[in-house]
Amino acid sequence: MRLGVPKEIYAGERRVAATPESVKKLRAMGLDVAIERGAGTASGYTDEAYEASGAVLVDTAAVWAEADILIKVRPPSHAEIANIKEGALLVSLLQPERDEALPVLLSKRRASAIALERIPRVTRAQKMDVLSSMANLAGYRAVLEAAHHYQGFFGPQVTAAGTMPPARVLVIGAGVAGLAAVAAARSLGAEVRAFDTRKATKEQVESLGATFLTVEIEEEGEGGGGYAKEMSPAFIEAEMALFRAQAAEVDIIVTTALVPGRKAPTLVKEEAVTKMKRGSVIVDLAAEQGGNCELCVPGEIVVRHGVTIVGVTDLASRMGASASRLFANNVVHLLAEIVDGAKLHIDLEDDVVRPALVTHAGEILPRSAPKPVAPPPRPSTRPRSAPAPEAKPAQKHIRSPTRRAWGTTVGGMAVIVALFFAGRFAPSDLLQHSTVFILACFVGWQVIWSVTASLHTPLMSVTNAISGIIIIGGMLQVSSTLDAASVLGALAALFAAINISGGFLVTERMLKMFRREPGAGSGSGSATQSKGHGR
Amino acid sequence: MMMNGGVLTVAYLVAGVLFIRSLGGLSKQETARQGNLSGIVGMAIAVMVTAAGWASHPGRDLASDLEAIGLLGAALVVGGAIGAVLARRVEMTGMPELVAVLHSFVGLAAVLVGFASYLSPSAAAMHPGVERTVHLVEIGVGVAVGALTFTGSIIAWAKLRGSLSGRPLLLPGRHVLNAILASSTLALCAPIVLATGTAGLPHLIAIAVLAGILGIHLVMAIGGADMPVVVSLLNSYSGWAAAAAGFVLANDLLIVTGALVGSSGAILSIIMCRAMNRSITNVIFGGFGTADAKGPAVAAPAGEVIEMSQTDVAAMLRESKSVVIVPGYGMAVARAQASVHELTRVLRERGTTVRFAIHPVAGRLPGHMNVLLAEAGVPYDIVLEMEEINHDFQTTDAVLVIGANDIVNPGALDDPNSPIYGMPVLEVWKAKTTVVLKRGMAAGYAGVENPLFHLANTRMLFGDAKKSMDGLVAALRT
Repeated sequence: MRLGVPKEIYAGERRVAATPESVKKLRAMGLDVAIERGAGTASGYTDEAYEASGAVLVDTAAVWAEADILIKVRPPSHAEIANIKEGALLVSLLQPERDEALPVLLSKRRASAIALERIPRVTRAQKMDVLSSMANLAGYRAVLEAAHHYQGFFGPQVTAAGTMPPARVLVIGAGVAGLAAVAAARSLGAEVRAFDTRKATKEQVESLGATFLTVEIEEEGEGGGGYAKEMSPAFIEAEMALFRAQAAEVDIIVTTALVPGRKAPTLVKEEAVTKMKRGSVIVDLAAEQGGNCELCVPGEIVVRHGVTIVGVTDLASRMGASASRLFANNVVHLLAEIVDGAKLHIDLEDDVVRPALVTHAGEILPRSAPKPVAPPPRPSTRPRSAPAPEAKPAQKHIRSPTRRAWGTTVGGMAVIVALFFAGRFAPSDLLQHSTVFILACFVGWQVIWSVTASLHTPLMSVTNAISGIIIIGGMLQVSSTLDAASVLGALAALFAAINISGGFLVTERMLKMFRREPGAGSGSGSATQSKGHGR
Repeated sequence: MMMNGGVLTVAYLVAGVLFIRSLGGLSKQETARQGNLSGIVGMAIAVMVTAAGWASHPGRDLASDLEAIGLLGAALVVGGAIGAVLARRVEMTGMPELVAVLHSFVGLAAVLVGFASYLSPSAAAMHPGVERTVHLVEIGVGVAVGALTFTGSIIAWAKLRGSLSGRPLLLPGRHVLNAILASSTLALCAPIVLATGTAGLPHLIAIAVLAGILGIHLVMAIGGADMPVVVSLLNSYSGWAAAAAGFVLANDLLIVTGALVGSSGAILSIIMCRAMNRSITNVIFGGFGTADAKGPAVAAPAGEVIEMSQTDVAAMLRESKSVVIVPGYGMAVARAQASVHELTRVLRERGTTVRFAIHPVAGRLPGHMNVLLAEAGVPYDIVLEMEEINHDFQTTDAVLVIGANDIVNPGALDDPNSPIYGMPVLEVWKAKTTVVLKRGMAAGYAGVENPLFHLANTRMLFGDAKKSMDGLVAALRT
């Protein structure tokens, strides 16, 4: 079965849906891979590199007409769809809500089409989640774009010529892109604050070293699928007030607020922009959906009220090489689910594939009702996951301290009373030995507690050797008459002798191996020596 | 040479003090070897003085006792030689087995000493009375403790070698069985006291057999994951066996030493139990990890297991500033410690901070991992204990978990249904990325699912730990 990778024709698009690395994985699945000549050039992947990893280079017409599976980044043009082979599978970002003709045209070609942006954000599909991969890149790039247009340092500087404060960055929306922006801005040294209507993001924001901003109104903005829902008017008013106040303080604003399938909410009004310092920068990641900033012009960089507003929509594409790699890997993971033994196997019941399937076998499929999805997978930028520290249970106390104290007291009394009775009736010999015994127990108890855990094994082997003291018991039983007792005693001595020599020698061997950090020079020599010894 | 009681007592006192110093010296790395030396000197003094005392026993004529001297000498030489060979031959991965088998020898010696003193003419000649009763009961107890230690250690040894399955053997009504065995062992002392001369020998043998069965049954019922506790518990028993022999022979040095070893083993057991957040009775009688232990089956954890290739792991390590390695029993099985050391060296040459995190019950013996790492040449000051390193995972870039499972299970902290809930664990999931090296997806010894493998920041590197390590080293060198 042949898989085709066309060159992207959308203006300014650098990405490509397969890299030489992913071609190898696709070929390992049993697919023949055909790459349109020059498809990866803009991202730095040469035709030779593709050939070297086993792909065939073809021209535009052949890639469309001959492939059973087509993988692509941007939605195809109508002309491209007309060339698609009948019954083929197209895997791409599709956005059918923008161009309603797409599904119709695809179904006429009896093509099956998987819209990558519709892959549900469930845990199983994380590795196929193109939107997260791209959002991660875009968030990172947004900060770099901001740094590019900002005329100051991001990190604080202390120089002979004067001290510079760090840049202050506000990130609105702490999804995958927002968190990537927070992380990037932090690592440039900026002071970062972030806002999100979803309380769950607070911990993630703070884990990256940024401040989480809140408004006074209590309202949870979790909208499912990793996005926020639209908030009540009162909440939005409070939010606006917060952004106005922040605008006066910060140097950079990165907005990342998207509500799926709708125009992006307007969060930074002109009024807020006027409050910003001259030379400040706003990067609007929602530009493609109309922008979070009122003054944003999608696809362009404009200066309004002395503030540079970056509305470019190709942030991910600007990182062509990395973006292509991530995109290609996502696609490989998706194909691994539906290509089975070099055959297509599209399962209409599959809860990852079905929601993403726009057309199948000549039919336009109705959009499946969005299932309630689990909270978003931890963003891939910097996964901080698993149990929160406060979930840590206290060690179970086997007995409560007071009960324990009582137990010790009562037990101690009982022992003393018993000893008095023993003292009254038992032979004095036994008592004397018991005294020695109990004292020795206490000494041992005191001495051992301080042993470090790393020496537990040598401690065991040395106590092993020492318990070989039973040898003197055996020796004392050997008498001149060589009776049964003598033989048994000698046997006991034999076993105890094994213990003594074995225990001490193995302890010595082990202790020799424990070394401190080797000093410069002498280190390697002693390392080989001790290794040789271990054999 | 003439020996009087005073010299003997002083010599025993010196030996006892040296033993205490020996155990005290082992508490720190710096003084450990000195401690071992103290032990050797103490033992030499004790043996020589006893030999001298034996030789100068009133009525002993050395010339006519050549056979006895030969017998004793042969026993000491042969035993010493066997021990030396064992100590030289043992692989560090085989330490748990060696320790277990040495325990069994002490138990066996205690049994033999008990029988010998029962059969010795001086005991048979004792007149009925309190002293004889006490003496015979001491013999009974000594033989019982010795036999229990002997068989228990043999079973532990077989389980550690893998000759016996690590799964706990849980007979129905096993608590009742234990109680019956223990009480009948004690009850058998009565006919021995009542019998005249050595006529109670069959009863003494019965004591040994019953206590032996008890030892077998107790250790059979304990699962493989609890082996560190069992081994230290048997260490303790071997001490008590020596102390019991001391009572039988009215020998203070034996009593003192036995008590030292006994309490040392007891403390180790307590430390191990605390590390698993379980009481000692729970370990001995618990039958851990079995169906009747906890309520509903733990739900399969959500999230997917994500594999990572060797090259990707190497690339990630190259980018990491701080790496923590968590070794487990799997490292010992794969004998990967030398390769782990190699990886450590390569990473440290690159300027990466590498540290080791050791869980108290990692491996099959207390301190097992430390010994293996020391064998490979890892400096002990980068090998840290759980409490020392648990707070640092947040600032760690990469964690390599090598053949460990239950000790890094987040379920122990947040899942009350988990059988290991409440056990302190290494909180590796707080690091940026955790790579788990494993042969396959099997559960750990406790048979518990590990949600760690399904977390978003966990990656799996499947395969033999040694091969994976060597591969990583090669990848990092290029």
